[in-house]
Amino acid sequence: MSIDLSQFIPTFLEESFEGLELMESSLLNLEQGDDETIDAIFRAAHSIKGGAGTFGFNQVTDFTHEVETLLDEMRDGRRDVNPHDTDILLKSVDCIRLLIESARDGVVCDAPQIKTTFHAIEALLKREESDALGSSQATQVNDQDNTEQQTIGWTIELIPTVEILQTGNDVLRLFVALEEFGQYEAQVNLDRLPALKDLDPQECLMSWVLTLTSDCSADDIGEVFEWVEDECELTISPIFAQEPTEPVEAVTEAPPKQDDCAVNPASTTANPVATEPKAPTQNVGSIRVGIDKVDALINRVGELVITQAMLKQIGNEIIDVDDDRLTRLREGLVQLEGNSRDLQEDVMRIRMLPISFVFNRFPRMVYDISSKLGKQVELKLSGEATELDKTVMEKIGDPLVHLVRNSLDHGLEGPDERIAAGKEPIGTVHLNAYHQGGYINIDISDDGRGLNTEKIREKALEKGIISADQVMSDQEVNELIFAAGFSTADAVSDLSGRGVGMDVVRRNIESLGGHVALSSTVGKGSVFSVSLPLTLAILDGQLISVAGQTYIVPLVSIVESIQIQKEALKAIAGEQSLYLYREQYIPLYSIRNLFSLSPKTSEYDEKMVIIVESSGNKYALVVDELKDQQQVVLKSLETNYMAVTGVSGATILGDGGVSLIIDIKGLAALKQQLPHNGISHQLLQEECA
Amino acid sequence: MAKILVVDDSASIRNMVSFTLNQQSYETVEAIDGSDGLAKAQNQNFDLVITDVNMPGMDGLTLCSKLRLLPGFKFTPVLILTTESSSDLKMRGKNAGATGWLVKPFNPDKLLTTIKRVIR
Repeated sequence: MSIDLSQFIPTFLEESFEGLELMESSLLNLEQGDDETIDAIFRAAHSIKGGAGTFGFNQVTDFTHEVETLLDEMRDGRRDVNPHDTDILLKSVDCIRLLIESARDGVVCDAPQIKTTFHAIEALLKREESDALGSSQATQVNDQDNTEQQTIGWTIELIPTVEILQTGNDVLRLFVALEEFGQYEAQVNLDRLPALKDLDPQECLMSWVLTLTSDCSADDIGEVFEWVEDECELTISPIFAQEPTEPVEAVTEAPPKQDDCAVNPASTTANPVATEPKAPTQNVGSIRVGIDKVDALINRVGELVITQAMLKQIGNEIIDVDDDRLTRLREGLVQLEGNSRDLQEDVMRIRMLPISFVFNRFPRMVYDISSKLGKQVELKLSGEATELDKTVMEKIGDPLVHLVRNSLDHGLEGPDERIAAGKEPIGTVHLNAYHQGGYINIDISDDGRGLNTEKIREKALEKGIISADQVMSDQEVNELIFAAGFSTADAVSDLSGRGVGMDVVRRNIESLGGHVALSSTVGKGSVFSVSLPLTLAILDGQLISVAGQTYIVPLVSIVESIQIQKEALKAIAGEQSLYLYREQYIPLYSIRNLFSLSPKTSEYDEKMVIIVESSGNKYALVVDELKDQQQVVLKSLETNYMAVTGVSGATILGDGGVSLIIDIKGLAALKQQLPHNGISHQLLQEECA
Repeated sequence: MAKILVVDDSASIRNMVSFTLNQQSYETVEAIDGSDGLAKAQNQNFDLVITDVNMPGMDGLTLCSKLRLLPGFKFTPVLILTTESSSDLKMRGKNAGATGWLVKPFNPDKLLTTIKRVIR
């Protein structure tokens, strides 16, 4: 019988990496006497060791065992929590991670830090070495085998204690287990049994003598009785060939070692007491499923929503047919709409995770980098519970790491420079996440020296990114750090200057439909604001119609929809138009012109203005008609066709037609690409007449 | 077939134990720590409990002693899954009312042969 457990390796790996993260974050916050945290770290190491052993990841087991021993000493209070040990433990976490990764890939890990860290732990444990030796000897059971002679079987004398049944052991089952070794005869001794009226069925008052015919060893038999050795008197004696069943050499199982338990009374009693007052953990039961299953579910629900939209449309077409059954059908369709919408929201929530999954890596990173740079840094995290889609989360990690590194490396000053500038010697980096509309915003702010606009300008000139006569505001100059091929570091450090520039950061964020902005004050610090859509899969859309085509404007970006007011139109230089909206002039775009659609055919066209907002800027879009609002499933245009400026994706409508989703930020870019296609103010004036 | 409660905070161990037992058509119920295990034991009876020692919330030994106080669990075998085979731990297990122990690393074949000592 052999059972293949390799299917559980992925779960083990995932669990172990989570355990390592927990160890890391806990170690960074570890203080003397914080038993609960030490216990959690110990448990994480313990689980990794146990799992690794099962799968035969011996390198992991051996290494983790040492770490666990060290943690155990801390847990028992035999060892103080000090920065030196914590540092070694942090390094061990890295080593275990490396070892697990190697085990996963089926290679032997020979990274040099494994050996050095292992020796460092051994050195720490050395002090306790003599003790450890002593105790390991004590636990060693004498297993000399005196039964080299030809044995044909065993006589087993078993006198259980009266209470044996209350430990959950059952003598009958032990005998069944003995059958594995061969045939046996059992003689039962009923001498101790009282009269039936005095019999307590919870007590065991019988004893047995068994004669087992088998070539098994005394140890095999001992193992069967392993769990009851303290609950019985057990004598196992060999039966030799051609000899009477005279017990010659008795191998008696070790009696209960009462003194063993007295050796370490602290651990016996301290453990239950220490765990008792713990706050109940907020364990809301959970299951682990592959992300592919969730993705498939989300896609399926997306298709369901499309089908529902199709049915709804048919329902609307038969609205004037007077038939009782059709009325009921329409009622059902209304319910279907509500349910599929709820279903979609629920399904999307499965994939939503708190941003803490990304934030968790920063305490360690800041610890490592700041000590490398000789800077003192306090990391503040807020809004860790803010949720976003896992697919977005996976892609935002690296850009955020880069921005934080950038703040540590370039933004914050060393302690001397800070004191000279009249600041606290400890710099602060603050990561803050919050929801805004359909977006999650993540601000990375530092209280460092701020961007050096002059230096950026010089560098940009030198790199040929701008020309000498270019007139630019300070903000515009600062934003040049996002330009391709720009790097301000005087010497390329191994921290920020990894050949990945801020341009890559911006590109990655924008490819997620997000946006990065920066603001900086010299001497006070900088803030990088990243905003990202919460999900890439669905969108609440406003259907609009222009020149007979249906487009979708994301509902989150719509501020207001109004009828166009002639008086509000205002021409500016060139063919640009502005629209007076709540005492503020905002750019006016015509979808018809921007997308080069057929000119208007009726005086009712271009009567509506949708006020939209994108990264703090408002725009007015001129459209023919407002239609339904509908939740739409985003289909990427890039993967199915190609990227189109001004369009962020496409969707399938209820009637089966494809509709493009308008990208507000992209419209501004499109406008610049096609200046001649800007709306003619004069024309509009006439049309609105 | 026997119904077994499997208590471990590590999903991989829990899954492996259940998987191994299910292969032999034992019915299993999983619990993620001692408190969860106790709650499940209060609602239904089991023929066997297999529990880890080190768990957040309630550890396996505490679970074991609390189980022994439940009327339906007075004689139910409780096995402790442990990486340590020290007699100290065995003693503590016995004091908590444990029936026996299974030494990790988890070995499926060994699990199946040993549980035969306590259930049919």
